[in-house]
Amino acid sequence: MEVNQTSVFKKQVKNFYEIIKPSLISIGIGLLIGLIIMIIFDPIDAFPALFTLILGGFRGGVVGVGDMLEMAAPIMLAGLSVAFAFKTGLFNIGASGQMMMGTLASIYVGIMFSFPPFLHVTIALIVGVIAGAIWGFVPGILKATRNVNEVVTSIMMNYIALYIFTTVVIDFLSQGAGSNSTSRPVQNSAALPRLSWLFPGSTVNIGIFIAIGVIIIAHIIIHKTTLGFSLKASGFSFDGSKYAGMNTKANIITAMTISGLIAGLGGSILYLVQTKTIAHFHIFTEGFDGISVALLGLGEPIGALFAGLFLANIRMGGYFMQLYVYTPELVDMIVAVIIYSIAISMAIQMFIKHNREKIKAFIEKRKEAKSKKVGEDA
Amino acid sequence: MTYKIEMKGITKRFGTLVANDAVNLEVKPGEIHALLGENGAGKSTLMSILFGLYTPDEGHIYIDGKEVEITNPNDANRLGIGMVHQHFKLVEVFTVLDNIFLGAEDHNRGFVTYEKSIEKLKHIIDTYKLRVDLNALIRDITVGQQQRVEILKMLYRDSEIMIFDEPTAVLTPQEITELMQIMRNFAKEGKTIILITHKLNEIKQVADRCTILRRGKMIGTVDVKNTTTDQMAEMMVGREVSFTVEKEDMPTGDTVFEVKNLSVEGRGRHAVNDVSFRVKAHEILGIAGIDGNGQTELVQAITGLTIPKAGEVLINGEDISKLSIRKKYEKGLSHIPEDRHKHGVVLDYDLQSNLVIQNYYQSSFQKHQFLKFDAITEHANELINQFDIRSERGAKTLVRSMSGGNQQKAILGREISRKHDIIIAVQPTRGLDVGAIEYIHKQLIKEREQGKAVLLVSLEIEEIMNLSDRILVMYEGEIVGEFDPKEVTINELGLYMSGAKRGESHGS
Repeated sequence: MEVNQTSVFKKQVKNFYEIIKPSLISIGIGLLIGLIIMIIFDPIDAFPALFTLILGGFRGGVVGVGDMLEMAAPIMLAGLSVAFAFKTGLFNIGASGQMMMGTLASIYVGIMFSFPPFLHVTIALIVGVIAGAIWGFVPGILKATRNVNEVVTSIMMNYIALYIFTTVVIDFLSQGAGSNSTSRPVQNSAALPRLSWLFPGSTVNIGIFIAIGVIIIAHIIIHKTTLGFSLKASGFSFDGSKYAGMNTKANIITAMTISGLIAGLGGSILYLVQTKTIAHFHIFTEGFDGISVALLGLGEPIGALFAGLFLANIRMGGYFMQLYVYTPELVDMIVAVIIYSIAISMAIQMFIKHNREKIKAFIEKRKEAKSKKVGEDA
Repeated sequence: MTYKIEMKGITKRFGTLVANDAVNLEVKPGEIHALLGENGAGKSTLMSILFGLYTPDEGHIYIDGKEVEITNPNDANRLGIGMVHQHFKLVEVFTVLDNIFLGAEDHNRGFVTYEKSIEKLKHIIDTYKLRVDLNALIRDITVGQQQRVEILKMLYRDSEIMIFDEPTAVLTPQEITELMQIMRNFAKEGKTIILITHKLNEIKQVADRCTILRRGKMIGTVDVKNTTTDQMAEMMVGREVSFTVEKEDMPTGDTVFEVKNLSVEGRGRHAVNDVSFRVKAHEILGIAGIDGNGQTELVQAITGLTIPKAGEVLINGEDISKLSIRKKYEKGLSHIPEDRHKHGVVLDYDLQSNLVIQNYYQSSFQKHQFLKFDAITEHANELINQFDIRSERGAKTLVRSMSGGNQQKAILGREISRKHDIIIAVQPTRGLDVGAIEYIHKQLIKEREQGKAVLLVSLEIEEIMNLSDRILVMYEGEIVGEFDPKEVTINELGLYMSGAKRGESHGS
């Protein structure tokens, strides 16, 4: 019996490995190409720099890990946002705009209002979430009722968000007196509590716990509930779920709204931070990181968690790499390569799967030909 | 004599599955050779090997007595082998002309030149009388015409050997007759034809010889003239099969289901125009008609996949036409849809999820919005046993990996086991093998015996004739006649189906 159990466990581990293999391979390829580029620039520092890159936040000890987690939380949520929409067959490219609106609503409340400490940050988070949800709802309802492609509308929503953001920051939230291009920081009562007891010296706040909590909730919704069952069915087969009596229109709207809500939360967490200011014209690249994270995380909430951590970690690594001669832009390049190689490695794997026999036959033929040749030579 | 095609000892394995086990096939030049077998018997695999889509693990292929190696479809083309696949390989948004030339374009320094090719094509069209609008887009022409395009593709490439994979599965009775004639003409011209099918009457009509496969093994090659369909069926299935459906006479009950003055908007005209009919308990009402005469639109409007323009749909006297699809199911509607893959199942869900896809929200499968996976698995196992749904990993099998027959059994089981008063079955046996067809017919008869109302919509006249208690014929969106299957002949029905005749009676 026990033997049986261990073998089942082994099988599960093996299955799990098969699932995450594409991500691992692509990370490997990405790092390898990064290494090659570094060698081209400066061969001596390349290996220690790569080591630094992989170590990432850990290079900076407790402070580094803390900062890494702070950076990871919004990216993880952006990734979750994209992944959640993707489960329903929707491509939410508007996470950036949704984060922007989340941030704007949150810091507006954080700067302009005064509430008792705990209440203030809670309200700021809630309005941020609502703003993000609205920004997801609009492409959702357009898709559901008018069949407008959500990619197009969510990109347009990104622009609308950008200019609203600029206007509101300049008119209401700027530091004033000659410096209206940057916002004021939120009041301390509206900032997320820091985790100094856990990571002394780091500015990391409870945002990371919120992010992990939301990811777990999303995982449960998708895999355990009737809502998730219905959303996934719509994602796999729109017609099939319609036939089954599911409300496909409501599913689209729900999925986009939840997706926007999650991104909005990410935006709130990103800027509900003590003393942090924000430029009035600023595109939230974290929103686009979300696409990478969702891809690297294979479209799964839990995957977004680890992919988000990974991405933040090598970003931190890039920061520390500046100790050597390399620029942090190199990190962006390596991340880009990793994302590309995910797409490619999936394709390569599929190719191998489909053509395994042909490849085998080809190799055997080569061998045969070789042995024949050897025979003839002899 | 030398055979046109000789396949010797072909073995092909997919993992542990032996799709072809030392199969021999000998085809004479100029004959129509049928390849008979149930789904999964290895017919398509064998032909894919001949066409170069797969390479065999063992065995040799000879064309005109010479051994050849076919490693890809280009090799096959060069050897004059062409194939019409069951699912056509056409570019929907290209014209007929472009589809025919695609991959074999005449060109002048990289620029496509049409003149010579068109001349050749016109000659082919005239010779074989394969009329089709060359400038139409593929997506705008009928399935029957799309098949002609596939045939023209082969002819344009000078194919001497033509493989037809289940060519009649998508055709109307009329088109089938035409296709048979076309195939006979080809054979007369000296072309060699291989017909993959599991329909015995087609083989009887058109083929010279027939090779039978069962579970990857070759059972034998017979002369069609000297063999009865029963003998061939027995060779195919491995046991005796009955084609006559046994059905007891029984008095019908109350009206369960009624459609009143239903109209559906179509392209520029009414796809369904003022259709009314009733179905009673203990009754199977068959709707016959040639494909594209409004049957699909009628059913979709009844079941809620589309919204009707006017009219009512009543179950037990209550109008359900305005209700959501889910509410319709709750009122007692069951629906075996025409398009299994599009509507019937979610291919990327496992079997157990598909079996609760309409009821997952009900209290037996969820508690506080959390799915009860144990209950779902148990429910699936019950249906798997009851309806003999076969799959690799039981309830957890991905539906995509299941055979068509078993997918259909799963849909049937799901629809029958759900609480219902009327079951609407559209083309329930399309593309299925003999065993599965027999099974599904029996289940529909059982439904009738248990007092359900059954609405059967099918393009197969024989299916309609065998199962129905009453037959309606649909033509251009209207009911043009009502018949008692005991009193009407297939020919008579055909006249109504093609619009040549029109009855006075409008449903009941």
